[in-house]
Amino acid sequence: MDNILEIIHVSKQFPGFLLNDLSITLPKGFIMGLVGQNGAGKTTLIRLILNMLEKDAGEIRVFGQDNIIHEHLIKEKTGVVFDQIFYAEDWTIRDTGNAISVFYENWDHDLFRQLSERFKLPSNKKIESLSRGMKIKLMLACAFSHDARLLILDEPTSGLDPVSRDELLELLQEFIKDGERSVLFSTHITADLEQIADYITFLQEGNMIYTGSMEELLDKYQKIKGRIPDLTWELEQRILGLRKTDLGFEGLVLRRDAAHYNNCILDKVTIDDIVISHSKGRGQS
Amino acid sequence: MDIIITNNSELPIFAQIKEQIKDQILSGELKENDMLPSLRQLAKDLKISVLTTTRAYNELEQEGFLTSRQGKGFYVMSGNSWLIKERFIQEVEANLQNAIQAARRASMSDEELVQLLKLLMEVEDNG
Repeated sequence: MDNILEIIHVSKQFPGFLLNDLSITLPKGFIMGLVGQNGAGKTTLIRLILNMLEKDAGEIRVFGQDNIIHEHLIKEKTGVVFDQIFYAEDWTIRDTGNAISVFYENWDHDLFRQLSERFKLPSNKKIESLSRGMKIKLMLACAFSHDARLLILDEPTSGLDPVSRDELLELLQEFIKDGERSVLFSTHITADLEQIADYITFLQEGNMIYTGSMEELLDKYQKIKGRIPDLTWELEQRILGLRKTDLGFEGLVLRRDAAHYNNCILDKVTIDDIVISHSKGRGQS
Repeated sequence: MDIIITNNSELPIFAQIKEQIKDQILSGELKENDMLPSLRQLAKDLKISVLTTTRAYNELEQEGFLTSRQGKGFYVMSGNSWLIKERFIQEVEANLQNAIQAARRASMSDEELVQLLKLLMEVEDNG
């Protein structure tokens, strides 16, 4: 089993929204980032994987097994970190660990205690009094304590201070270090992904714009900037997310097209550039 | 082994890693048969993706600087330090050829080009 997660031609329709024929593969030992605007379908996709929503078509395999037939087994080896904590607010950290432990055969009480200490989570502190960063660390401590092989995080870094974000990224890298575990990670803070993600899946309004290695995605485009007189009709047709002002224009072009326009300034792109430009579309803005 | 990554470089990260490892092999800081940090350790230490470190090591292996032993990791290629030097010389040749072509396009005489090279070498040595 070389792929931790396989999503094969999966679709899901809601009134006014269609998650359209997604196929995604996440190999063992890597981190995949999930990006796209609000409403792109990121959380829907995560809910489908966890069988919290029923898909209309396609197949989802986790650890090589069907995600519905083997749901119990898969949940045993999957850790989740959501935007909102799903533990009882008036429990202490110790209570929470004990309560969750009964759901997992592989729960390691000693490891949970060690992680709580390392993450500076006092065992008698109540959930409601934890900061956002601490809540996320608690969810991670739980995932690590039941020896999860797949970690799914939905917007874990939003609302975290820079220090906690940095700590989280380091923990994710530590998690995949043995090459046996993978992470699927949705976020708006794409700078996080540019650091550590191996793969990127980019959704827009339920459609898949890209899935594959992050390096290839960043390599595919270049940022182009220039004076308005240099903006020919032909160039304008090739630019994604064109922005024009009195002072000049900017947008994205495919790297292979960029060579024709060395009278313009060409620059590296970021994931943000790519997401924003795709939302604006091609040609006239 | 020292590797320092910068975001301000023209070079992509995998190429920065390659350059720095090559430099350290030629300078002798990395010796024949020295083991390199694992792909995942390097990724974690530099806070970069595993695919990036994989690409750097794989290309260094293809270029003959490193060798991988199944299940054990990457090592500095042994017994071939002259070969490594040879590869650096090839790189120098290719870059000089670029320089010659650029000089021709700029209608520089051969003498001017040689003088420029000498001048640049002096600057490099004094800098």
